[in-house]
Amino acid sequence: MIVASIIYLLPTFNPGIWPHKKINLGLDLQGGMHLVLEVQVEKAVESTLERISHEIRADMRKKHIRFLSIERTGDNKIVIKLKGQENIDKLNKLLDADYRDLRIVTRENQGDTLTMVLDLPEKEVALIKKMATDQALETIRNRIDQFGVSEPDIRIQGTNRILIQLPGVKDTRRAKDLIGKTALLEFKLLDETHDLNAALKGKVPPGSEILYEVKVDPETGRTIKTPYLVRKRTLLTGANLKDARVQIDSRYNEPYVSIEFDKKGGRIFARITGENVHKRLAIVLDNRVYSAPVIQEKITGGQARITGNFTTEEAHDLAIVLRAGALPAPVKILEERTVGPSLGSDSIRQGLMSMLVGGALVVLFMLIYYRMSGLIADIALFFNIVLIGAGLAGFQATLTLPGIAGIILTIGMAVDANVLIFERIREELRLGKTPRAAVDAGYDRATLTILDANVTTLIAALVLFQFGTGPVKGFAVTLSLGVIASLFTALIMTRSIFDFLLTKRKMKKLSI
Amino acid sequence: MEIIKPDTHIDFSGKRKIAFSISGLMILISIASLIFHGGPKYGIDFAGGTLVQIKFHGPVKIPDIKKGFKSMGITSVTVQVFGDPKDNEYLVRTDKSGITNEGFSDKIKRAVTAATGQEAQIRRVEMVGPQVGKDLQEKALFAIFYSLLFITIYISGRFEYKWMLSGVMAAALMGAVYALSLFTESIAILIGAALLVTLVLFWFLELKYAMGAIVALIHDVTITVGLFSLFNKEFTLPIIAALLTIIGYSLNDTIIVFDRIRENLRRQHKSSFDTIINNSINQTLSRTILTSGTTLFTIIALFVLGGGIIHDFAFALLVGVVVGTYSSIYVASPILLAWQGKTHKK
Repeated sequence: MIVASIIYLLPTFNPGIWPHKKINLGLDLQGGMHLVLEVQVEKAVESTLERISHEIRADMRKKHIRFLSIERTGDNKIVIKLKGQENIDKLNKLLDADYRDLRIVTRENQGDTLTMVLDLPEKEVALIKKMATDQALETIRNRIDQFGVSEPDIRIQGTNRILIQLPGVKDTRRAKDLIGKTALLEFKLLDETHDLNAALKGKVPPGSEILYEVKVDPETGRTIKTPYLVRKRTLLTGANLKDARVQIDSRYNEPYVSIEFDKKGGRIFARITGENVHKRLAIVLDNRVYSAPVIQEKITGGQARITGNFTTEEAHDLAIVLRAGALPAPVKILEERTVGPSLGSDSIRQGLMSMLVGGALVVLFMLIYYRMSGLIADIALFFNIVLIGAGLAGFQATLTLPGIAGIILTIGMAVDANVLIFERIREELRLGKTPRAAVDAGYDRATLTILDANVTTLIAALVLFQFGTGPVKGFAVTLSLGVIASLFTALIMTRSIFDFLLTKRKMKKLSI
Repeated sequence: MEIIKPDTHIDFSGKRKIAFSISGLMILISIASLIFHGGPKYGIDFAGGTLVQIKFHGPVKIPDIKKGFKSMGITSVTVQVFGDPKDNEYLVRTDKSGITNEGFSDKIKRAVTAATGQEAQIRRVEMVGPQVGKDLQEKALFAIFYSLLFITIYISGRFEYKWMLSGVMAAALMGAVYALSLFTESIAILIGAALLVTLVLFWFLELKYAMGAIVALIHDVTITVGLFSLFNKEFTLPIIAALLTIIGYSLNDTIIVFDRIRENLRRQHKSSFDTIINNSINQTLSRTILTSGTTLFTIIALFVLGGGIIHDFAFALLVGVVVGTYSSIYVASPILLAWQGKTHKK
């Protein structure tokens, strides 16, 4: 058992010697980032309904159904108003044929005007939400993989939360930007028929909106915002991208991101550019304008470039998020814990230091108080720590700062079992028993009490393991391992040593 | 070597009135402090908010750090020295959350460097949103609740080997809690109710050892929480972990004393209960002090050398171990005696 432990521990001290993994260090020890994101699934439902209402509008136009209005309301319903029996019949047919998923909430006739309210059934809504979360997880995993983090831990927590642990990440700002970006790339035309200044004063023409271009001056750190009046209609999105790469502009020596559309995207892009020569096309990412160049001619190659005063890193990260795709819904950071690597190494140093000092005090004390038997207890203590380490490596558990505290606490508590036994042996010796009999009686009487006393600590540790997060879980792990290991070393190991000394060595006097 | 001589005879139970008054006073102070501070002071784990740990290259003034944050529009901050003052390291806390977006650390770094005139290094950023804070609160309370539940079940069966009774206990406790959970969602109330039900059940089922143990346990946790409140320290997840560990540790001590009492009861029929309890405590005194001593050695090492992050955690353990040792001698056993005295008079 001891040999097995040492084998498990070896890779920690000398990586590469053994195929087995070494002890994982928690984020608080090696630095890194812990994030809990909430996928705003309501937004995914909204955008689905928005898309459906656009489709119905297009279909009605195509089928020559004349309608008064169609709009999506804030409480996720689609309201269609139309007149005339012929139109109503046609709409019914259209809904039955192509929109079977939609549920008709109410139909109301007012004179010859029909108001129809449609929505999505709960089951469908739940499915959209789940898909959005799953897809967000996949997209984020993709981005992180491309960013290059060793052993990230990304998983869904609860229904719509995503837990992300990035150990050892140094540039946390970049990692966070990369993860949190929705990365919805849209191509929209500028509204050049209306006055921007009037719009800025509040008279935004219907069908248009004001979006900003934000530039940061690298020298002064000041941000410059430029407003644009942009048409709301999205002509093309990043969903039609095939690839995105960083290129360096040969003239200005500035990095930009070149994007390549897939077949369909290339066709649409060619049509847009062909129809709108000499107009300005805004490239919008997450509602921020990156550039709004004038279309010089029809672009047929299916390629475009996104410029915008990028640093190489920014361009690199933008290319990653564009390649990995947009998040189906925006995410919100609910919890963030970032530990710098310097703090982590300080924690390790201080943790080990207190472990050494505390351990040395205990070892010394036992040696002075119980002499020879104290030495036996100290040997047991040493192996106790070896066993904890092996347990950590073997179970692939994570060592955190509270985990180190757990080990330190265990060192103090582990000798308890031996103290109990030794005190019992002393009592028995005082009653005039031989060393052999005293040792036997001491172990026999103390065993049950030791077992029971440790059960309570174990109960607390197990509950902590169940409910704890991150660092606390690490504490629970080392504490439980420590309790179990101390039972083993105190009850079995020290007893075998005593047995060996008393029977094989025929020791007559007990140094205790 | 021996610290406690084998013929030591300290009259512990005779001093129980003094002990009860000390304990009573401590608990009173704890509760008063909690009321005065308006309940426990929650760290950002539970209350939500943002915490930034900043290390400066040279000495700075706290108002300057505040000024730096103010320039970013974060006004309500508390700044405290972290660890050794000569390390120039500070912990800044605000109850605002959701402010750590895009380039937050960089901006903070620039702002405080400008305000203090010393190069700043952002060592740690923790942000907990209000929702997560609430979730973590719930999780912590659940952890406390379940460990209390399991430990109650364990000790109710453990001392007198009445496991059947323990099963009844468990069923009654869970039934009561379930019934109550239909009316209230507050887990804090559930924990209080569960404790009350436990005490009443112990009383009627005459589980006196279990009663002594659980009272000692409540005593320890109350005083630790009270001291935390008195020193105006924050409750965080690791502190809850420390509290649960204290529960385990305190029981550990109590179990050892109680086991001795029961062993002596079997052997010494003729002695009075008073004497037996005193003998038992004296016999186990050596081990009680030794174990607490070694545990304290290591915790003090952690407290002094472990660094700022683990400091409060070590403090909670320190208090808990001292109080836990005291209570197993001066609270748990005297309660046993008081109970016995009552039933004998009948």
